[in-house]
Amino acid sequence: MSTFYFIAFLSVFFSILVITAKNPVHSILYLILTFSTFTVHYILMNAQFLAVVNFIVYMGAILVLFLYTLMLINLNKESEPRKSNLVKIAGFVGGACFLITIVAALKAWGTSHPVVLNDPNLGLVKNLGKILFNEYLLPFEVSSILLLSAMVGAVLLATKDPKTA
Amino acid sequence: MGVADIVIKFVLIVIIFAISLVIAMYSTYAERKIAAFFQDRVGPNRAGPWGILQPLADGGKMFLKEEIIPTNASPFLFIAGPSLAILTACIGSAVIPWGQQITIGKYVIPLQVTDINVGILYIFGVVSLGVYGVMIGGWASNNKYSLLGAIRAASQNISYEISMGLSIIALLMVTGTLSLKEIAEQQHGWHWNVLYQPVGFLLFIICAFAETNRTPFDLPECETELVGGYHTEYSSMKLGFYLFAEYINMFISSAVMATLYWGGYNYPGMDWVLAHTGPAIGPLIGTAVMFAKVFLFIFFFMWVRWTIPRFRYDQLMDLGWKILIPLAIANIIVTGLWITFIK
Repeated sequence: MSTFYFIAFLSVFFSILVITAKNPVHSILYLILTFSTFTVHYILMNAQFLAVVNFIVYMGAILVLFLYTLMLINLNKESEPRKSNLVKIAGFVGGACFLITIVAALKAWGTSHPVVLNDPNLGLVKNLGKILFNEYLLPFEVSSILLLSAMVGAVLLATKDPKTA
Repeated sequence: MGVADIVIKFVLIVIIFAISLVIAMYSTYAERKIAAFFQDRVGPNRAGPWGILQPLADGGKMFLKEEIIPTNASPFLFIAGPSLAILTACIGSAVIPWGQQITIGKYVIPLQVTDINVGILYIFGVVSLGVYGVMIGGWASNNKYSLLGAIRAASQNISYEISMGLSIIALLMVTGTLSLKEIAEQQHGWHWNVLYQPVGFLLFIICAFAETNRTPFDLPECETELVGGYHTEYSSMKLGFYLFAEYINMFISSAVMATLYWGGYNYPGMDWVLAHTGPAIGPLIGTAVMFAKVFLFIFFFMWVRWTIPRFRYDQLMDLGWKILIPLAIANIIVTGLWITFIK
């Protein structure tokens, strides 16, 4: 349990650094550290497959692309759009309202009971695969169609219209 | 887990670490000797007999050179880049089975640091992290050439990771497990996976070349266009770490290829040899076979480097996206049909 609290502290700490870092590349690097603490969380919950997939997909691919994009964009102080104080105050008030709403909602909900898994080895590859392809086959396939449609949309945006080109 | 087990694990880790470093060191020597042979030269022959001390001389030179951190570079990230590169290169060896377990009296010594049941995915994760060392170092140098090298490294690694992952999926359909130990055990004798997955192996070795930034895929450090690529601004041992990480990566990916496709420590007639040499010596012969395969692959890496010229950047992307990925998907389909109807 103490391991959990230590890792949870690190997750929160790095996430705060993500939004407070001045340099966008630094904040992506903190985001990578945040995701690496998530991997440890998954391992603590004995979800090895999810841990490794989080490691490969998020840390190894998606964040590399984030870093790639940010390195190419020129994010100097001069090119950054100036925000007036009014916008900042409005943002602060909006964010605070949102925070209060969420806290109140969680309070009304009451403290949740600790989740007890029927099978603690559910996260191992073999068990996870069997569950996904037997009990949850339809949602699993539907989510893959969702990903496919996102991919088709991205290709459509990237290709130039032959008439205008 | 008793004290003896912890001591055994610790000794094993130290030995594997030392072996990877020594092999990486002598790979630099081998590379220069092989290059010399291919180009009809003598190669390094001054330090010690046949130049055998050359890697030590190179290492000493690297340590003694002046350490330069450019004025406008980000100092922490500038040092973090090479450290990350060498770190990710070294941790990959943890899940590779180097041989069968050795039994000496009551002690059973497994020749594998840890057998996690997602071993292949762990290797894959470590490989995908490897690009951060190059990217962070290239960006922190605050140099246009370094940045271009870093960006090339990132796009190249991501493109080739996809076909590498797809080629591994076809292999997993044959083996039915993600644990490297079980995969090695399944290939007992001569049942090597390369016999069932020749196309998968071809895809994997091409992607391994791309992931380790070896010629013909060494565009991140292409001298003719980018001065030195991502390590243009690096000097002294930080440059040494980048170069060293490349050789360790080469060693680890050779070991992974030997384990996944070429039977690892298995060889024809191993049962007969094991029965005649006993459980203490027999597994060590398997380990020697494993290292022979690894050395063959390292030689192959060098052979290709001094034979095939570097790709152009668009050719690299065409090969990755238009040839390797469709081929990998076709390989998965054919493997699936084969498993369903023939096996």
